[in-house]
Amino acid sequence: MTTQAGKPLAIALENCAKTFPDGTRALEPLDFAIHAGETVVFLGPSGCGKTTTLRIIAGLEEPDAGGRVLFDGEDVTRLPIEQRNVGMVFQSYALFPNMTVAGNIGYGLRIRGTQEAALKARVGEMLDMMQIARLADRRIDQLSGGQRQRVALARALAVRPRALLLDEPLTALDAKLRDTLRLDIDSLLRSLGITAIYVTHDQAEAMALGDRIVVMEHGRVAQIGEPREIYQRPATRFVAEFIGTMNRLTGSAKNGVFSCKAGNLPWAEAPANATEILFRPEDIRVAESHEETGLQGTVAAAFFLGDRTRLFVEVGEARPLVIESTARRAFRHGETVRLAIDPRGLVVL
Amino acid sequence: MRHESRRLILLLLPAGIFFAAFFLLPMARLFFIGGSGKTGWAAYAAILTDAHYFSSLLSTLGVATATTAATLAISGISGVFLQRHKFPGNGALVAMLTLPLAFPGVVIGFMVIMLAGRMGLIGQVTQALTGEKLVFAYTMSGLFMGYVYFSIPRTILTVMAAAEKLDPRLEEAARSLGASPWRVVLDVIIPGLKPAFISAGAICFATAVGAFGTAFTLAAKINVLPMVIYTEFTLSANIAMAAALSFVLGIVTWLVLAVARTAAGSSVAAAG
Repeated sequence: MTTQAGKPLAIALENCAKTFPDGTRALEPLDFAIHAGETVVFLGPSGCGKTTTLRIIAGLEEPDAGGRVLFDGEDVTRLPIEQRNVGMVFQSYALFPNMTVAGNIGYGLRIRGTQEAALKARVGEMLDMMQIARLADRRIDQLSGGQRQRVALARALAVRPRALLLDEPLTALDAKLRDTLRLDIDSLLRSLGITAIYVTHDQAEAMALGDRIVVMEHGRVAQIGEPREIYQRPATRFVAEFIGTMNRLTGSAKNGVFSCKAGNLPWAEAPANATEILFRPEDIRVAESHEETGLQGTVAAAFFLGDRTRLFVEVGEARPLVIESTARRAFRHGETVRLAIDPRGLVVL
Repeated sequence: MRHESRRLILLLLPAGIFFAAFFLLPMARLFFIGGSGKTGWAAYAAILTDAHYFSSLLSTLGVATATTAATLAISGISGVFLQRHKFPGNGALVAMLTLPLAFPGVVIGFMVIMLAGRMGLIGQVTQALTGEKLVFAYTMSGLFMGYVYFSIPRTILTVMAAAEKLDPRLEEAARSLGASPWRVVLDVIIPGLKPAFISAGAICFATAVGAFGTAFTLAAKINVLPMVIYTEFTLSANIAMAAALSFVLGIVTWLVLAVARTAAGSSVAAAG
């Protein structure tokens, strides 16, 4: 596709912090390099500094003194956003209500003084790419949320930006549309090969889209890594709890066995000082009757979801264990179940 | 269904009575009085054929248009600025800006004289600088100044309320696409404030057409319709002519506002 200005952009943040005039620290000093063509997702709860980071990269905020933003090695810290040539997509779409769909998509080109014929061709190309050609002459208030975000993407990409910055682009959409558009954004980013920075609080979005995920908390980076790494090897308790569901058992380890209220779990590599083990719902299952296992609990709730049953099993901890069971059987409330845990999924923090 | 329409009529009644009592009936009465003078219905024709009446009609509309344009320009800039930049004393300044609303037209005329009259500040400064005294309080320029002064408060408050509702993301989106600050004003802020400009501009225009106190204070060379109506009514006792002029003043103002509204409405549709 002919959407890129040239080769993808590499972005580097050096010692970028942000303190607002009222003294609140939105972002602790951050050093981070985004590789050319990579999709990086900044993930975290609201107020974690992810949007501030995006705005610093965009040029909508300046980092505190001493911070630098580099585009392909060139210092752009003092360059305002209008000279950085980055495409932006917002949660609220931010489409111009006084222009048509085509007018919105062509806006950036018109500002650049693009000739009418070339502008028209480019707008047509973008309309086709986003599958919204039939909406070209519509007013913005005649569009649904999903259509609006497609227009916003087309508008941002029409000027062949050096990077695409997306600030919670799917948050305002309903669940089903979110899934479709997420797929479309994914294939768009892959096919364009553009450097993309994506901010979200939705871990499913982050896992699906990110080449790398930066998990943030209170203005600090909690962990940087590929989705699989973040999910399977969370570096902190915050990351573990924020992404997906995490089960927890407290107890003590001795001679390759972890003992807790639910019973004993043989685990050869158990660190001697482990007082708490964490694992995902998919790493625990209800044991078959012939299996040997030293763990058991009581079913507190069972939800049949069709392809599986989600069980909440009481084991004397602060929270019941969550188990996704694919067993072809019904579970009764109060029933005692024996449990098997795959030691490969165990995490000690 | 019938019950529903009866309820609607009942709800429409207050507006209907008000409209009839305070608008339709007086206007109709005014219209007939206008035709009851010595010259009969020719009084209406005289407004267009008599040079004195016609020029006063034109200058009234002229000063009202100029006032509206200047007021919108000044209030647009200051309104957005005051909304965006909070500084110590911001609230006090906004409160002070609304002060002219409390002044009667006479006081505003008096202020214009103090500023641009024969003993005024501008006269003294220009005499000191160029040796020639600049005096314009008693002309259309003085009237224009007074009208702008008392039109600014209402307009500024409307603009500030509208500026608060502008989505800052729209401006950021425009900038990300390469728009300079000036283009952002042109393509995002002005279109966003347009409804406020239209409603505030309409009030500003109508007020400037009908204002009397300021013109009366500045008097002398000023030839605007409210003044002419006053003269016809009190000095010449030509009640029919005064009524005819009043009626035309009302109709012309209504017409201008209606045209402005439709033009704005259709331009919004065309742009969208």
